[in-house]
Amino acid sequence: MAQNTKFCGSAEQMAKLHAIIEEYRSVPGCLMHILQEAQAIFGYLPIEVQTVIADGLGLSLSDVYGVVTFYSQFSLQPKGKNRISVCLGTACYVKGSEKILNEVEKELSIKCGECTEDGLFSIDSCRCVGACGLAPVMMINEDVYGKLTPDMVKGILERYRKEEETKE
Amino acid sequence: METKMINLKINGIPVTVPEGTTILQAARQAHIEIPTLCYLKDVSNVGSCRMCVVETTGARGLVAACVYPVAEGMEVRTNTEKCRQSRKMTLELILSKHKKKCLSCERNHNCELQKLSLGYSVDEDRFKGEDYVLPIDTSTPYVVRDNDKCINCMRCVEACNKQSIHAIGPIQRGFYVHIGSAFDRPLAESPCVGCGQCVVACPVGALSERSDIDKVWAAISDPSKKVVFFTAPSVRATLGEAFDLPVGTNVEGKMIAAIRRLGPDAVFNMDVTADLTIMEEASELINRIRTNKIMPMFTSCCPAWIKFVEQSYPEMIPHLSTCKSPQQMFGALLKSYWCEKNGVEPKSRFVVSVIPCTSKKYECSREEMKNDVDVAITTRELARMIKTAGIKFTELPDEEFDNPFAAASGAGTIFGATGGVMEAALRTAAHMLDGDFEVLDFFAVRGSSPVKEATYLVAGHTIRVAAISGLANARKVIEQICNGKNKYDFIEVMACPGGCVNGGGQPTLSDSIRNTVELKEARAKALYASDDRSDLRRSSDSPVMDVIYDDYFGFPNSHKAHEILHTAYWAHKKI
Repeated sequence: MAQNTKFCGSAEQMAKLHAIIEEYRSVPGCLMHILQEAQAIFGYLPIEVQTVIADGLGLSLSDVYGVVTFYSQFSLQPKGKNRISVCLGTACYVKGSEKILNEVEKELSIKCGECTEDGLFSIDSCRCVGACGLAPVMMINEDVYGKLTPDMVKGILERYRKEEETKE
Repeated sequence: METKMINLKINGIPVTVPEGTTILQAARQAHIEIPTLCYLKDVSNVGSCRMCVVETTGARGLVAACVYPVAEGMEVRTNTEKCRQSRKMTLELILSKHKKKCLSCERNHNCELQKLSLGYSVDEDRFKGEDYVLPIDTSTPYVVRDNDKCINCMRCVEACNKQSIHAIGPIQRGFYVHIGSAFDRPLAESPCVGCGQCVVACPVGALSERSDIDKVWAAISDPSKKVVFFTAPSVRATLGEAFDLPVGTNVEGKMIAAIRRLGPDAVFNMDVTADLTIMEEASELINRIRTNKIMPMFTSCCPAWIKFVEQSYPEMIPHLSTCKSPQQMFGALLKSYWCEKNGVEPKSRFVVSVIPCTSKKYECSREEMKNDVDVAITTRELARMIKTAGIKFTELPDEEFDNPFAAASGAGTIFGATGGVMEAALRTAAHMLDGDFEVLDFFAVRGSSPVKEATYLVAGHTIRVAAISGLANARKVIEQICNGKNKYDFIEVMACPGGCVNGGGQPTLSDSIRNTVELKEARAKALYASDDRSDLRRSSDSPVMDVIYDDYFGFPNSHKAHEILHTAYWAHKKI
């Protein structure tokens, strides 16, 4: 999956990354740990970050990218200010949560796993948030929305957009 | 210490092999071939495809013979119902995702997957599932990757890693796993140098050269074009393999006859510009030795090596000989000298070089040399053209190259093997430095070992040389030089292990042959035998060189020679 947003890591974040690499570079098998730490710093692992890690450890970018794409815990896309998570667990799925996910994707013009260009929203799917009684369920940040129908999606997203506008 | 020997039985046949041998290797002693896909001698031993599964005492399930070591008293069975069923299932699962366009696939009849599928009577449509369609990568001028034909055996990745390039690797996991460059960028945006070792390692049709055959046919049928072929030294030692001749058969005469029957206007011998390269390179070396200029000097015949230096060690660029490669020298010579002599308009000339290499396709597309050679085709492409034209290769008479570029020295011929350029250069350089120096055989730089060193004393100069093949070995030496630990004056580097005889454009042989025959040695032997038979062993003794210099360039490294036969290099952006 190609990276579609501009990297905006700060000098401070980069310094932290370099410190982590320096600390662990001599430990055998340190790549996984460094990737986890890097994702904690930047929220995701863009090419700029992976290049620094590859150079720091004397690995090729292709080796690092192979590991990053192998594990689902790593993300190549930044997360939005508002993280949408649509439950695709069994109960939600049979209650039509796929349609909810499709609607969210359509509304934001991005795919699951991606982030909008303005950085306001990102979409992920998850497996059960423990609210099966409310299926189909979607979470935005810590807010839970249950008993959803596709036509409710637009209004919910609008709330977060408005919230952002009032902040500005 | 003496190696411990292990006794075991394979299909009831007793075998004794050294400790640490795998079941796969041991089975050969019992004349049994266990099927493989991901295994390739000297290249890949990852144990991932499960084709080589066998039953053995001491293990509950099936084990992978390519990685499972032998043990005392072991009884192995390689052809049980359980083995066959497992292999068949593996093949059917691979085929469920494989683009089965066998009819037009260039590996049709030469495909490991096809061969095994037939042997195990598979149903290629047994598992019908989702297709995972990936784009075909045509971003480079030399290699095409069609991942829908890829079986994820990892042989290309291992070949690339063995070269220390790491341009490609496995991406994602499970159903979505595929081979590609970092961030799924096209190969042209990776550190790939174009050596093509991945292509000759591929068991199926996922990797191939970018075919330029159609351009050649078009030029041959165009009456306004004067089509000229010339063939690289190593092609004569390998082309026969494409026509089922034994590895190491020198088919020079038949190769010329076959090309002539394709219909070009002339067939020339690239060994001539190998000689010319030596004249220029030996003079450059002597000049550097005498003036104490930047040492050591590296050879510059191999475009994959050049690209490697330009992108990974740009600080080493001044160490590269400025000589163009024999291919580019030939193109330049045809465009200038030959066109002038024969009153041919350079524009109407169409130059085809036949090379053992994928990277040469990249070389002739380089901006600064773009018009020297129109098209470079691999040994494989030439073989395909000969077959398409209905030429019965093995029944052809032996013919000779066309003048004026026919006669060449044996030194030019051995360019095709690792150490060959070094030996050729030494023959001429030593003679240039000391007219009485008569040694012609430099045995220390022969053979397929990856790093060969020697020291020679010529006319009061100590010349320390090394011949290196395989980019991982070149990287080690270059790192030493960067760290101020240089031991040499003159270094030959060939990107492919064993040199051009093992190039990425050479015929793709079946695993049965590749896993048992020492390819590099057998092919090189054909070239050294030809050199040995030659009356002309030294490039500087070639009458063609006399003519070219008397008629045109004056003397080696002259101003005119520099203009036409030399080039420049520059740093590439590190990717």
